[in-house]
Amino acid sequence: MRYEPLLERMPTTRMPAFTDREAAFGLERPSYAAEAPFKIHGGCGLTGICDESGALMSGEVAIRAMAVQRDRGNGLGGGYAGYGIYPELPDHFCFHMMYHDTRAKEDAEAVFDSYFQVDLAEPMPIRRVKGIADAPILWRYFLEPDPHKLEDSDMSAEDFVVHAVMLINSTIEGAFVASSGKNMGAFKGVGFPEEIGHYYLLEEYEGHTWVGHNRFPTNTPGWWGGAHPFTLLDWSIVHNGEISSYGINSRYLEQFGYKCTLGTDTEVAAYLFDLMLRRHKLPIELACKALASPLWSEIDRMPEDEQALMRSLRAVYGPGMLNGPFAIVLGFNGGMVALNDRIKLRPLVAARQGSIVMVASEESAIREVLENPDIVWAPKAGEPVIARIEGFEQPIHGGLHLPAEEVSCAVTGTAEVCETVGVS
Amino acid sequence: MPQTLIQPEFKVKIDYDKCHKCGRCVQQCGWNVYSFNERPIPDDAKCRACHRCVTYCPARCITIEKNDLAFRDNDGWGPALRKSVWRQAETGGVMLTGMGNDKPYVNIFDHLVLDACQVTNPSIDPLREPMELRTYLGRKPDAVAVEPDGKGGFRLAEELAADGWLDKNIQVDTPVIFSPMSYGSVSLNVHRSLAMAAERLGTLMNTGEGGLHADLYPYADHVIVQVASGRFGVDPEYLSRGAAVEIKVGQGAKPGIGGHLPGEKINREVSETRMIPQGTDAISPAPHHDIYSIEDLRQLIYSIKEATDYKPVGVKIAAVHNVAAIASGIVRAGADYVYLDGFRGGTGAAPQIIRDHIGLPIEIAVAVVDQRLRDEGIRHQASIVAAGSIRSSADLAKIIALGADVAAIGSAALMALGCHLCQGCHTGSCSWGLTTQKPELTRRVDPEWGAERLVNLVSAWSHELQEILGALGVNAVESLRGSRERLRAIGLDEQTCKILGVKPAGM
Repeated sequence: MRYEPLLERMPTTRMPAFTDREAAFGLERPSYAAEAPFKIHGGCGLTGICDESGALMSGEVAIRAMAVQRDRGNGLGGGYAGYGIYPELPDHFCFHMMYHDTRAKEDAEAVFDSYFQVDLAEPMPIRRVKGIADAPILWRYFLEPDPHKLEDSDMSAEDFVVHAVMLINSTIEGAFVASSGKNMGAFKGVGFPEEIGHYYLLEEYEGHTWVGHNRFPTNTPGWWGGAHPFTLLDWSIVHNGEISSYGINSRYLEQFGYKCTLGTDTEVAAYLFDLMLRRHKLPIELACKALASPLWSEIDRMPEDEQALMRSLRAVYGPGMLNGPFAIVLGFNGGMVALNDRIKLRPLVAARQGSIVMVASEESAIREVLENPDIVWAPKAGEPVIARIEGFEQPIHGGLHLPAEEVSCAVTGTAEVCETVGVS
Repeated sequence: MPQTLIQPEFKVKIDYDKCHKCGRCVQQCGWNVYSFNERPIPDDAKCRACHRCVTYCPARCITIEKNDLAFRDNDGWGPALRKSVWRQAETGGVMLTGMGNDKPYVNIFDHLVLDACQVTNPSIDPLREPMELRTYLGRKPDAVAVEPDGKGGFRLAEELAADGWLDKNIQVDTPVIFSPMSYGSVSLNVHRSLAMAAERLGTLMNTGEGGLHADLYPYADHVIVQVASGRFGVDPEYLSRGAAVEIKVGQGAKPGIGGHLPGEKINREVSETRMIPQGTDAISPAPHHDIYSIEDLRQLIYSIKEATDYKPVGVKIAAVHNVAAIASGIVRAGADYVYLDGFRGGTGAAPQIIRDHIGLPIEIAVAVVDQRLRDEGIRHQASIVAAGSIRSSADLAKIIALGADVAAIGSAALMALGCHLCQGCHTGSCSWGLTTQKPELTRRVDPEWGAERLVNLVSAWSHELQEILGALGVNAVESLRGSRERLRAIGLDEQTCKILGVKPAGM
C-alpha cells in the first residue's frame, strides 16, 4: 500500500519504464508479446545502403539517411542494423540484449554461461540523448556455443543459437534478444531514428551494409523490443507499409508451423522470406516474385518457360503473396534486397554510386548520403533491388534447420508458443 | 368428406375490366391453373406463385396474393406444420419439394461484415487498377522447385515441370462456377445456356449426374462431368471429355439421400444421354455401392484418374456434422478439390423433411474444413468449392474470406433464367421451362438468351467482387481467400465466432 502514491504518478498509457527501481516496487515487467492481440497499423520510413565491394561505411550514413526522413515517424520507434560491424570477432554470435532489470540480466547470463562460451560481455556503448527516456539495460555478448553442449544437442550452431534465443525470450521475463547474428547487430528503441542512432553511438561503427527504420505506429504504445529492425540470426527486416493480406498470409504460414504472435506485418514478411529462401530454397529474385507477384496479364505475355515458372509461383504461393502497400528491406550478411508491393503503393527510391547501392523511402535520403549518384531510379512495382557483396555465397545461414514453430517462437518470445513445442 | 383440408396458398386475381381475354395466361401456366370460358378462370389451389402468367399477361391484369387465412396462434404448430399433417394424412406419402431449405435458420452470411481500408492503407480503385480474379482449381505442390536455366535465370525444376501439375489445375477467370444440375432434372436448353455462359465467362458448368448431351461436346473444356451413384451416362469417353471429373457423394439439400428421376422425364434424348432405357425411372442409390468407406473412395478416384490420363478429380459432399474430418479424408484419398454443399442448397426433388432438417450451413462447413486442412498442412493439396445458397457477390466474398477457392451457384443461375423459387421442380411442369422435359415448356428458354443472362449475372457479381477487393485494399482474389481477418461478426455467439475463426465486430 505504501507504494501507491508512486504508482499513481506512473503514466498509464505507456509501458512502464525499464528500471530496477520500478521493478523493485513490483511493477509488471513488459510482455514482449504485448502487441500481439491487435494488428498494428502504421506508416514508416526506411533506408538500406550496401557497398557491394564490401568496403565499410560509418553508421553515420544510416543516421543521416533517416534524419532527413524524420517526418515519416512519430518518435515511437527507430532502429538500425549494421553488417560487418564487428570485424574483431566476426565468427562469434553477437547477442544484443535488452533487460528490464538486473534480475533479468542475471537470468539471461546464466543461460549464456551454461550453454555458451562468452568471449566478451560488455554494456552497450551509449550516450545520453535528449528525447530518449526509459531505456532498458543494454548489453552485448560475443559468444560461441559450448562445444560439448553443442555436440550433445546434435544441432547446427545456428539451430543452437535460435534455441537459446527462444529460451531467453520465452522463459526469462524482462529479457529480450534484439539481435543474434554474426558480425552484425540491431540497434533499436523508442525515439526518433536519429536520436536512437546517436544514443547507440552508431557513427563509431563501420559496416558494409546498413538498414534503418523510422516508425509511425498508430495504435500501440512504442516499446523497445517492438521497434524495427526485426531480426533472426543475421537477417534483419525493416518495413514500411501495411499488409492488407495479413489474414491469409499468417494462416498460410501457420500451415508450415509458423505462429504469427506479434501481429505485425513485418513478422509475416520475415517468415515468408524464411519459408521461401531457407525452407523452399528459392533464389531471392524468385522469392520476391512470389511475394509481389506480376499481374496475370503480364505473366500471360511471358516466354513459355518463364510463364510456367511464374504461373507456378503464383498458384503455389498465392496465399503468401503480400498484398497491400509495402516497401521492405531485408538485410543479411552478404547484401540486402529491397522490394515494393505489386502496384507500388508505398514509396521506394533506389540509387547506385559506384559499388554502393542505396534505397530509401524518399529521394532526399539518397541525396543526403550519396554525393554524386550515377543513377537514381524508382524501382518498379514488384521489382526487387538486390545488392550482393562479393565473397558471400549464401544470403542466409545455411546450416539452420529448426522446425518453423521453434524459429517463430524464438523471435516472438511468447511462452504460449513455446509450450506447444516443449521447451524446458 | 372434403377432398382436402388444405386451402390454397395463393389467390389469383384477375382484373377482368383490363383483361384482353387473350388466353395467354392459360397457355403460359405450366400448372394448369387456368381454364377458359369466355375469360380465364383460375383454380387457386394449383397456383405456385411462379409469376409466369403475370409476366406474360399483356394487360398486366393478374395479381397473385397470399391466401392469408388466419389460424389460431400456436407457436409450436405453425400453419405449415398443420398443413403437412393434413397432407400426409391424405396421402400417406413422403412430401417432396424442390429448391433449397426455406426454414428461418440463422443465416450466418447476414451476420458477417467485410472490412475496408482507410488512411493507414489505401483502398484500390478497380476501374483504374488491375483487379485479379483468376483462380486455379486443383492440387498444388508443397513448394516450387527451380533450377538454373543456363542463361543466368531460373526455370521450373525438371521433376516439377514434368509432373504437369499445373496443367491439371483448371483455370477459372472468376471464382464462380455453376453447380451440378443434371440433364433430366433440368432441360437441355438450360444445359446449353450454362455451357455457353461458362465458355464465355472462362468458368465451368457441371453436368450433374445425368451425362453429357452430344450438343455440349464443343463446350467440354468448360464442363465438369459428374459420376454419381447411378453412374448415368458414364463411359470412358464421358470421363475423358470434361475438364474435370466429379464424384458426387452427397447433396446439401438431401444429404444421405439418393435420387429418383421419374420415367416420364426420361424421353429419347435423356435416355440416350443417361444411357438407360426410355421411360424407366432413373434411380440413384443413396450411397455409391462401390464406396462403403474412405479407402473405396480412394480406389474410385484413382480408377478415374487412370482412365482419364490423370484429369483432376473432385468429390462433392453434403455439409454434415463431421464434415472437416470427412473432407480431410477426401483430400488424403487424392481428390483435387472438395465440393462442399451447404444445407440451403437447391435440389430438383427432395423429401422436404430431409431438405429442411439435415446438414450444416455452408459458412460453417467451409470454415471448419479450411481450418482442418490447414491444421493438417494439406490445404494446398486440394481446392475448396463452396455451394449452398450463395445469393450475391457479398456472400461470394464472405465465403472466399472464410476459405473457399470458388463458389458454385445453382439456384441463382436458375433464377437468372427465370426461376421464381416456387419449389415445384419435382413436378416436371416448370412454367419457366427449366426443370421440365415437356417440349412445349423447354422451348421457352432460348439458350442464347439464357447464356446472355447468366453471363450478365456472373459478370455483375465479378465486378462487385472487384469493388469489394478494392475496398479491402488488395488486388487479387487470393489475398482475400481465407483472410478471415477481413471479416467481423455481428450478433453471432462467441462459440460460433470461434468456429468461424471470425472476431466479433469491434475487436
